[in-house]
Amino acid sequence: MALQEDGSAVTRKKTGMLKRAFDEMHGFDDGLRKAYQAYDAWLKTTHIERLVEKHQQADLIFRRLGITFSVYGSEEGVERLIPFDVVPRILDAEEWRIVSTGVCQRVRAINAYLDDIYHGQNILRAGRIPAELVLNNPAFRPEVLGLDLPRGVYVHVAGIDVVRVGPGEFYVLEDNARVPSGVSYMLEDRETMMRLFPELFPLHAVAPVNHYPEMLLRTLRSAAAPGVVDPTVVVLTPGHFNSAYFEHAFLATQMGVELVEGQDMFVEDDTVFMRTTDGPRRVDVIYRRIDDDYIDPLAFDPSSQLGVPGLLSVVRNGRVTLANAIGTGVADDKAIYCFVPEMIEFYLGEKPILNNVPTYRCAIADDRAYVIEHLEELVVKEVAGSGGYGMLVGPTSTAEQRYAFKASILAHPERFIAQPTLSLSTCPTLVDGKLVPRHVDLRPYVLTGETTSVVPGGLTRVALREGSLVVNSSQGGGTKDTWVLEG
Amino acid sequence: MLGRMANNVYWMARYIERAENLARLLATTYHMSLMPAASGEDTANWEAPLRLVGGREDFLSRYGEVTPGNVLNYMALDLDNTSSIRSCIRVARENARATRTGLTTEVWEGINQTYIELEGMSYPQMLDDGFQEFFDWIKERSHTFRGACYGTLRRAECFAFTRLGTFIERADNTARFLSIKWDMLTPSGRPLGAVDYYRWGALLRAFSALKAYREVYSTIIEPRRVAELLVLRRDMPRSLVACTLEVAGVLRGLRSQAMCTRVCGQIHERLERHRIDGILRSGLPQFLNTFVARNNELHAMIGREFMLVL
Repeated sequence: MALQEDGSAVTRKKTGMLKRAFDEMHGFDDGLRKAYQAYDAWLKTTHIERLVEKHQQADLIFRRLGITFSVYGSEEGVERLIPFDVVPRILDAEEWRIVSTGVCQRVRAINAYLDDIYHGQNILRAGRIPAELVLNNPAFRPEVLGLDLPRGVYVHVAGIDVVRVGPGEFYVLEDNARVPSGVSYMLEDRETMMRLFPELFPLHAVAPVNHYPEMLLRTLRSAAAPGVVDPTVVVLTPGHFNSAYFEHAFLATQMGVELVEGQDMFVEDDTVFMRTTDGPRRVDVIYRRIDDDYIDPLAFDPSSQLGVPGLLSVVRNGRVTLANAIGTGVADDKAIYCFVPEMIEFYLGEKPILNNVPTYRCAIADDRAYVIEHLEELVVKEVAGSGGYGMLVGPTSTAEQRYAFKASILAHPERFIAQPTLSLSTCPTLVDGKLVPRHVDLRPYVLTGETTSVVPGGLTRVALREGSLVVNSSQGGGTKDTWVLEG
Repeated sequence: MLGRMANNVYWMARYIERAENLARLLATTYHMSLMPAASGEDTANWEAPLRLVGGREDFLSRYGEVTPGNVLNYMALDLDNTSSIRSCIRVARENARATRTGLTTEVWEGINQTYIELEGMSYPQMLDDGFQEFFDWIKERSHTFRGACYGTLRRAECFAFTRLGTFIERADNTARFLSIKWDMLTPSGRPLGAVDYYRWGALLRAFSALKAYREVYSTIIEPRRVAELLVLRRDMPRSLVACTLEVAGVLRGLRSQAMCTRVCGQIHERLERHRIDGILRSGLPQFLNTFVARNNELHAMIGREFMLVL
């Protein structure tokens, strides 16, 4: 079964030439790649109808399990499924070595940077990052200045978005250091693949991912204040109407800890308690899936119903740990992103393993002029945006869209950055009964407790629309199981 | 477990039980309506479910006329009727979703599956498949729910609160259901005719109690014995005394010194001391209404004791 010729992904390069994207399975059309050899052999003996059938089964499984997410601003679909694709994204051991060491290196640097920013601010004094970019950042939290965290860890869970453009060529698109989501899909996608295609697993040495919840629990327990024996960990969710509620419930269940809402907890005697049927019970570590703004109405947004009044003061006194810590947003916005390679060199004394995408900061006059001139080639993003909202993909944009973005950029240049349109790699994907190439990215989940580590794999997101480079689930993206081959 | 979660699983179980009992009531109403009846009787028959859930005004304002089709549609599928079977399943599922960390996959998937299938159902389809099949299906889903709870939940608080929800709701439903039907089926003075036997039989069947009646009494159906069976027989799983016995047991296991545990014990003991002739002399419906009120107080006390519901 060959890829459909008519569906080949093309991307316009700066020069205006059309260039075929690198394909995870077929490379630059220069033959089958090593990681996909066994899969290809299997595929040749398999009818496409069978894939279609399995695809439908997967939908049923996901719906029955209730693996749904809510889309904000969409009327009908209160709960929707994230489309799951049955063709795995496969990485070989060498490729994974690059990605995994690269993302861990990044997270180590980011943790060192946050500890520095909330203490001595050496990197600012050394002039390696412009101070105003950090100190005037809305995500910078002076409330936690000088606060010592257990092991100095700020980002216990990070999701690093990685894309590929060539055989060994990986770029980091974005660091997610606040409340990265999607890990439940990594786990459920694997479960589903094992259920649908058990015959594929003996043919491949796929590294397991299902110990992630145990690693997460170990990470969270290690974050408890020194001296706490057998810490009580909870997962804090905004509630079951939140788009990621399934994931919150899933992780709490897998770790065997309580899933709490703000209203389930209260602060008394400089301690956080949860209300149980047996009365109040002390909480030591909160894996919170709520943004800083909503975590404590007394300290931040006073209208928040989601948080726990008085929580910040207990955090400040070191009597409860939040994971991730308050104030990590100052590490992952799209303007700070440009400086992560600086951080790696400054704190770790190492060369970055993964590339940053060259980024134009519209706040800088030269950069801005270039961006305005080349809107058709660039991807423009809002510095504080996420989820694929507030984004212009130049090559596929209309003149009106570019006009609107130009006006916005000129009005608030500091709110925008721009990057060349990367020709993201593609992966064969089942669309309308055919296998066609679709662009993918990869989000490995990096945990930091006593050490920094990552489970072999991650969430592969796929842009299901032909030619689209936007993989976010809120923008019609789907997911694939990600296989890292051992050995 | 968290007080809020206890509240969620409790209501989850209550709503599943309520859906089942509604299906039982509608099934028997439908069954009775297939018998020849004096004019007006049939309308009264179909009004009974509306009286049970107190939705008569709302129903008349939107449907106009009490017809079997209208009542079935309203009681089974109408989402604007917060007491319809579909609404019950929705709320049960919403509560389950809010607490799925406490549930096993089997319990959650069972409820979710019921919800998904019911969301896709229309009145014409229900008509097409047959009402009886629909009611049987609802009952079966409820059995599956209880079976999944019984077979997979750890014997801890979550399990205890699903049991509380099930039996508090069942006691309430049995009492209300019997109270409404008692008046309709008890002819003043005249001896029971063939149609009456058929109707009492249908009522017993609504409680899955027809066979049990025969086993226990091995005689023709007498209203007095039907009442005894459904109120005072410990061995009838839907009787009031059996339900309060279950609730009392669960509460003792949770917290033996709690006020609600004591009150439940009193309700149960009082039931045990009663004889059916005494109850009938002072009026069964009054007796049942008092029971419903006390059961409801007990429900409120459980909420205050364990779930921090004020």
